Amino acid sequence: MTTTTVTDAAGAGAAGVLARPSGFAADVATIARRALRSLLREPEFLGPALFFPLFFYVINIGSLQKVAEQVPGVDYKAFEVPVAIIFAVTGVSRASVLVLDVQRGYLDKLLVTPVRRTALLLGMMVADIVLVFFLSVLVVCMGFIVGVRFQTGPLGLLLFLAISSMWGMAFTGIPYTVALRTGNPAAVNSSFLLFFPFLFFTSAFVPRSAMTGWLGAIAGWNPVTYLLDGLRALISTGWDWGAIGGAAAAAAGISVVTFWMAFAALRSRVNGPD
Amino acid sequence: MGDHVIEIDGLVRRFGDVVAVDGLNLAVERGEVYGFLGPNGAGKSTTVRVLTTLLSPTAGTARVGGLDVVADAVKVRLRIGLALQEASLDEKQTGREILDLQARLYGLRGESLRRRLADVMALADLGDAIDRLVGTYSGGMRRRLDLAAALVHDPDILFLDEPTTGLDPVSRTAVWGEVQRLRGRGATVFLTTQYLEEADVLSDRVGIIDDGKLVVEGPPAELKHRVGRDLVVVELGGDPAGAAEAVSGLPGVDDVRLTDHSLVVATANGASLVGPVAVRLAEKGLETASLTVRTPTLDDVFLEATGHRLRGEEER
Repeated sequence: MTTTTVTDAAGAGAAGVLARPSGFAADVATIARRALRSLLREPEFLGPALFFPLFFYVINIGSLQKVAEQVPGVDYKAFEVPVAIIFAVTGVSRASVLVLDVQRGYLDKLLVTPVRRTALLLGMMVADIVLVFFLSVLVVCMGFIVGVRFQTGPLGLLLFLAISSMWGMAFTGIPYTVALRTGNPAAVNSSFLLFFPFLFFTSAFVPRSAMTGWLGAIAGWNPVTYLLDGLRALISTGWDWGAIGGAAAAAAGISVVTFWMAFAALRSRVNGPD
Repeated sequence: MGDHVIEIDGLVRRFGDVVAVDGLNLAVERGEVYGFLGPNGAGKSTTVRVLTTLLSPTAGTARVGGLDVVADAVKVRLRIGLALQEASLDEKQTGREILDLQARLYGLRGESLRRRLADVMALADLGDAIDRLVGTYSGGMRRRLDLAAALVHDPDILFLDEPTTGLDPVSRTAVWGEVQRLRGRGATVFLTTQYLEEADVLSDRVGIIDDGKLVVEGPPAELKHRVGRDLVVVELGGDPAGAAEAVSGLPGVDDVRLTDHSLVVATANGASLVGPVAVRLAEKGLETASLTVRTPTLDDVFLEATGHRLRGEEER
């Protein structure tokens, strides 16, 4: 660790303040505290994040339950809980704060400090994890209210929340990448559009066995299909490790790609060593 | 040769085809307030961004506190403070939270953290507003907070990038007072500005940059003295063609410059030259709207060095 005592016999620094890099964990904690505070100061952020999953859950149950439950073994209320989760947690990130930091020059203010560059992004992601987990819990509570129960019990519920949160985190890499590459708030908001092919070309609304032709083929290639299959297994089937592993692998695979993009964008935005 | 805290050698910074800084050389001594004066787009902010490790040079080297800004970037960051042009702060945080975050990123903890926060909060002089969101602050309050944040780790080298741009006169005077206080404490201050008066009042030495090049450098008084002890300034009412040639041959004239309708005559004794200048212009049929004698300003230095005026940039 580099330590420089900023003292100057000439005057400035006469207080003998010890300025030094504060360490990676401390940097992440400092940035995370700021991100969490800003989260708490934007409660309006929760409105759309909860409205869309609840809206689509109610509409889908109302319009498709009878049709979908013609497929043997389908409980459509349980079938749609993972979809509501995906609606709730996808695209939730502090990238809107980061892009304002870039635009207003506050990111430069932080970059002039000895903070680790990766900590700037990871600290914001800590706030994302908290929010994504909170939203997942709310959606699961909604499922409980309408009578959905987990075949896998409390442990399955925890795993369900963990995989959902992992997916939410995986998607944050995309808006962070856009924020750092463009510095443009409109572009960050538009990144949410990537969510649509991810969600709608899947078994989000009907089982894959009931899908036809090209849509079924695309759904077979879409990682969100495997995510939904695994989450549904935890609710309706039991410990189907093939499906659960597929869900975890899908979330982890997307995370690797999007985080690589985000940290590459960070490296290109900032200058000098970490 | 003094103790150089900032050294720039052949610095070039390009953005695509645009050369923002073009072979810059300068050195700033310990404890000096160096005024970096130039119009918008001259390369001032780019130079500051290189010196504060925010940009890599395209060519050349820059050292701050004896450390290379590229190879020793982290060590440089520990030595410097930076207050940016637009007082860039997070509007969703309070003043206290901004200062606390800044201090923690410099590794301050415990008693030293509390002591420094108390010091810089006193400096920011925000009263109870220190616990309000920055979004509610006026421009002057933001600038004071930004400056306090730049000083939270007690740096001995401070970069102020156009610290008074857009500020009201009261806030500007407060920032000037703070720069003078820092100089009194022995800090080295690198101050960019497009305001002549600011550079003149605050700087021990001024460097004038235009089109990415350092065109002239020295103490303000010395630079102004180089232009001449007095200036006879004639505002011409009609076509100014031939005005410079008309007066250039008069005894006692050191230099003549014509920009738009303004004729500037440098001389050792302005009072004795006013009459002959007025007579010669009248003889040549040139209309004189006004005729004054004044001492040179840094704008005159800029004019002599670049052939055009900075004053248009300065108007607030």
